[in-house]
Amino acid sequence: MIRDITIGQYYPAESPIHKLDPRVKLFTTLIYIIALFCFKGVLGLVIITAALAAVIKLSKVPFSFMVKGLKAIVVLLLITAAFNLLLTPGDVTLWKWGVFQISDSGIKNAVVMVIRLIYLIVGTSLMTLTTTPNQLTDGLEKSLAPLAKINVPVHAIAMMMSIALRFIPILIEETDKIMKAQMARGADFENGNLIQKAKAMIPLLVPLFVSAFRRADDLAMAMEARCYNGGEGRTKMKPLKYNAQDRKAYLLVIVFLILVIAARIVLPFPM
Amino acid sequence: MPIILDKINYCYSQGTAYQIQALKDINLKIDDGQFIGIIGHTGSGKSTLIQHLNGLIRATSGTIYFNGEDIYADDYNMKDLRSQVGLVFQYPEHQLFETTIFEDVCFGPKNQGLDKKTVELRAFEALHNVGFPDELYDQSPFDLSGGQKRRVAIAGVLAMKPQVLILDEPTAGLDPAGRDEILNLIAKMHKELGITVILVSHSMEDVAKYVERIIVMNSGEVMYDGTPKDVFHHYKELEAVGLAAPQVTYLMHELKEKGLDVDLDATTVEEARNSILAALR
Repeated sequence: MIRDITIGQYYPAESPIHKLDPRVKLFTTLIYIIALFCFKGVLGLVIITAALAAVIKLSKVPFSFMVKGLKAIVVLLLITAAFNLLLTPGDVTLWKWGVFQISDSGIKNAVVMVIRLIYLIVGTSLMTLTTTPNQLTDGLEKSLAPLAKINVPVHAIAMMMSIALRFIPILIEETDKIMKAQMARGADFENGNLIQKAKAMIPLLVPLFVSAFRRADDLAMAMEARCYNGGEGRTKMKPLKYNAQDRKAYLLVIVFLILVIAARIVLPFPM
Repeated sequence: MPIILDKINYCYSQGTAYQIQALKDINLKIDDGQFIGIIGHTGSGKSTLIQHLNGLIRATSGTIYFNGEDIYADDYNMKDLRSQVGLVFQYPEHQLFETTIFEDVCFGPKNQGLDKKTVELRAFEALHNVGFPDELYDQSPFDLSGGQKRRVAIAGVLAMKPQVLILDEPTAGLDPAGRDEILNLIAKMHKELGITVILVSHSMEDVAKYVERIIVMNSGEVMYDGTPKDVFHHYKELEAVGLAAPQVTYLMHELKEKGLDVDLDATTVEEARNSILAALR
């Protein structure tokens, strides 16, 4: 059940996308999100779809992995679609009941919004699927490095993020073990109404929190024992370095953004 | 109430690239009142095996009969099975959650749907059986020492009055004194309560002294199944799979090689002493 969570999961493979510098991927994701929210018209959508499809193909990650991530947001998609569909006033009203109405722009908005959200999840999960958590935080730390000059604790943020990511699988495993231990004592996590189910969580959550705190404590102790004192003066065994591929990727991403904006100006229809 | 395992197979992550066969064609019969030790090194499938016995893991193929009933039948009451086959996991930290020790032990019988009075009576009885001091009943279970926590965890399962008690590495992380205490306690419970006890361990030393039957697991298969004496005869094969016979076995074999006529079947220090004294006389 809890093992189905795929958001934030890494899929090991040998592909040009996997080999890219994490900073390139972070930047690409940012540009991709910008493009998603500023495209207008079918031409823009076609460009984004083609780019996304090409990157998915290159990444060698099975498409089913990305679709799995979508399952988690089905409810969100439905709610967004319903709100946009029923609450947007437009030129042509097809149906009306109280405050609810279905209009031409409502339909348009609903479709565009759902497409945006699906693309957003697929695109961002593509980044986490092709980048290990360590690379990701490395890239983040380096990209945000200029902010350290204005006293933003960049290294601490990156370290917290990598620890948090590292703990996800550990805590999932721990949850599994605690659930089993309590089920062996007759605990029932599946049946009953909402209140009973919420109450049944107590025997699971208390040991989980206790162990999470204990682990955090142990980790802090272990880090201190190895003289960890923040990022100052710390060197890396494999420092991030751009190569020709990364430069090409940057160029492509910028061309991509220009194309999407151009499409918006040239052919902003029919959306 | 015997437990019969018929051709049990179990695969982790079946149908993916990470598929691992954890159990291969396990056939076992566990009789009433036996004291059994399951031995195997890490990853041999022993923990997976015991979780099948109370239905926490469902076998990929094969059948398990408890008291003559197929536990995978559609109308079988799993909750009932879990109260009859009590399983104590390795880390007591995974199950202690209540504010007081006494209430934590009440959790199991409460889930069985018993009335308050019976629940408390059972909790009291269970804590008494594990030799837990009365004056600590109202303390928080999180303040206890490792050995005491383990006692509370065992009491928590014992309070459901199981017919079969399974303990997964009950001595892991305890000091030698704590280890002996827990093992003696388990042996005492087996004798006094007349229940079937299954002890999972990776230490032959722990198990040899107490159990009447040893099941050796190796890479998902039952390698040996017999009395400690029978199993320790194969001490060379055991070594080959990363296990060791008790030190006494090695000593006796060495003495024999040196020409002293001792009994090679001795598995405990006591037996070895008697045998050596007899040989020297």
